[in-house]
Amino acid sequence: MVGLEHYLAVAAALFVIGIFGLFLNRKNVIILLMSIELILLAVNINLVAFSAFLGDLVGQVFTLFVLTVAAAEAAIGLAILVCFFRNRGTIDVEDVNVMKG
Amino acid sequence: MTASDLSILLPEIVIAVYAMAALLFAVYTGKDKLAPTLVWGTAAVFVLCAAWIGLTGGGTNLAFGGSYVDDAFARFAKVVILLSAAAVLVMSEGYMSRRDLLRFEYPILVALAAVGMMVMVSAHDLIVLYMGLELQSLALYVVASLRRDSAKSTEAGLKYFVLGALSSGLLLYGASLTYGYAGTTQFAGIVEAASGEISLGLLFGLVFLLSGFAFKVSAAPFHMWTPDVYEGAPTPVTAFFATAPKMAAMGLFARVVHDAFGNIPADWGQIIAFLSVLSMFLGAIAAIGQRNIKRLMAYSSIAHMGYALMGLAAGTAFGVQAMLIYMAIYVTMNIGTFAFILSMERDGSPVTDIGALNQLSKSEPLKALAVLILMFSLAGVPPLVGFFGKFYVLRAAVEAGYAWLAIAGVIASVIGAFYYLRIVFYMYFGEEGDGLDRGMAPVPWAMLMLAAFAMVAGVVNLFGIEGLAAAAAATLVN
Repeated sequence: MVGLEHYLAVAAALFVIGIFGLFLNRKNVIILLMSIELILLAVNINLVAFSAFLGDLVGQVFTLFVLTVAAAEAAIGLAILVCFFRNRGTIDVEDVNVMKG
Repeated sequence: MTASDLSILLPEIVIAVYAMAALLFAVYTGKDKLAPTLVWGTAAVFVLCAAWIGLTGGGTNLAFGGSYVDDAFARFAKVVILLSAAAVLVMSEGYMSRRDLLRFEYPILVALAAVGMMVMVSAHDLIVLYMGLELQSLALYVVASLRRDSAKSTEAGLKYFVLGALSSGLLLYGASLTYGYAGTTQFAGIVEAASGEISLGLLFGLVFLLSGFAFKVSAAPFHMWTPDVYEGAPTPVTAFFATAPKMAAMGLFARVVHDAFGNIPADWGQIIAFLSVLSMFLGAIAAIGQRNIKRLMAYSSIAHMGYALMGLAAGTAFGVQAMLIYMAIYVTMNIGTFAFILSMERDGSPVTDIGALNQLSKSEPLKALAVLILMFSLAGVPPLVGFFGKFYVLRAAVEAGYAWLAIAGVIASVIGAFYYLRIVFYMYFGEEGDGLDRGMAPVPWAMLMLAAFAMVAGVVNLFGIEGLAAAAAATLVN
């Protein structure tokens, strides 16, 4: 039987993978966007699992809001990334370094 | 979805409808030629809505089944947010049009961010909280990279986006755990579940929520985006970042800890105290090495957020009152300081090195005096108003039994005074060198003088915000 704790464990694992993806990734900004998406999906799994467990629909409503906002967020992130690429000609994380200190 | 629900959030609806109507109108007609008109129009809408909210509102009204609340606390925060956003808009108009930066999207994005901030401080439900926060953040990511052809500005936007999205993710994870272990997203339900010995899941939710907020208010150790974003974003945008969003994030912080977790002040009090002491010391020490005034103001705002959090850590009504007074004073000081930074130019191009301030008092004594007052006030030198802000939060901390926090705050403010006083030193006793261009556009000049005047004249009664803040705090903490 798959219980609530299994879902929470999967979500926690995805969440941690997402966080690590943000901090350990030294290659490409696109991977950062994917890691952010992973974090939000972990949250969605959490919300849906709790919603089913509690028998309360609010969690699923919350999930729909999160999905919508995540789409808008990705669009804005990619737009900023395109502007950045036009100025610098690269999207390597190591090259996001004009300002330091 | 009744008329009474909608009437409670009518100011937000008005600004949102205004933003969409202005967007359509500008796209179909003059585009960027309309931008100066839109800036003044948006500022006028902000001021009118602030007057509307401040003068006509009363009582505590819940809307949409308790998901949205309009009370004295929300009204206080909204008035500060709208007035500071209007002030920043009008003082940035000249700077941006001189640099061909004034696009018509700018005032519209600021209006949308303002709607988000108003929703944030009125949120009474985790879903509403998240939607308000994202409406604000998404608009701010775009304005940070407003100068599309500059590597610095787009880099600032990118950094802000990645770290802002991370903080939203942390906050959401906290929200999902809170929902799961409290069984509801409404603050009124969470506060009942979160009392006495709380479950581990709820505690985790609280910690994740707090770290998300700490990102948004740029409290250490979640501050690392602040200096880069402040430096890279165009100066008027930096001025905006340093004022209204800080008030909104602080208001949201206070709203969640008191409305949703008000029964367990000991649990979040120690976390906020930790954030506070770290922010104060980091802001004070890291700013010493900065030569760029925008980076310096970034560290200064980190330190100031530490003091505001000290009021919140106290967990009492007086602590919230002190935090509100502190934020109102902080926003005023920052508007004045950024009005001056906007005017820092040499041969028509902007300068951010503090060495350029050398001997400012010789060429422009009045301006130098106004900046001196603002710097002393930021440092918290009595008898200026900035001192009273610090006094209130320190008193709140001592009365709540956080004497060690208050002592740390005093030590940090002494360290932090160094870099404010260094600016004053440069202006009055600096070496001869390339000075700044003389003169200043009339609107920033008026903002600088008004802010400096407020820092002196406010010592009489703080313009009455003390009583307003007390009433606001009383509705939040009970």
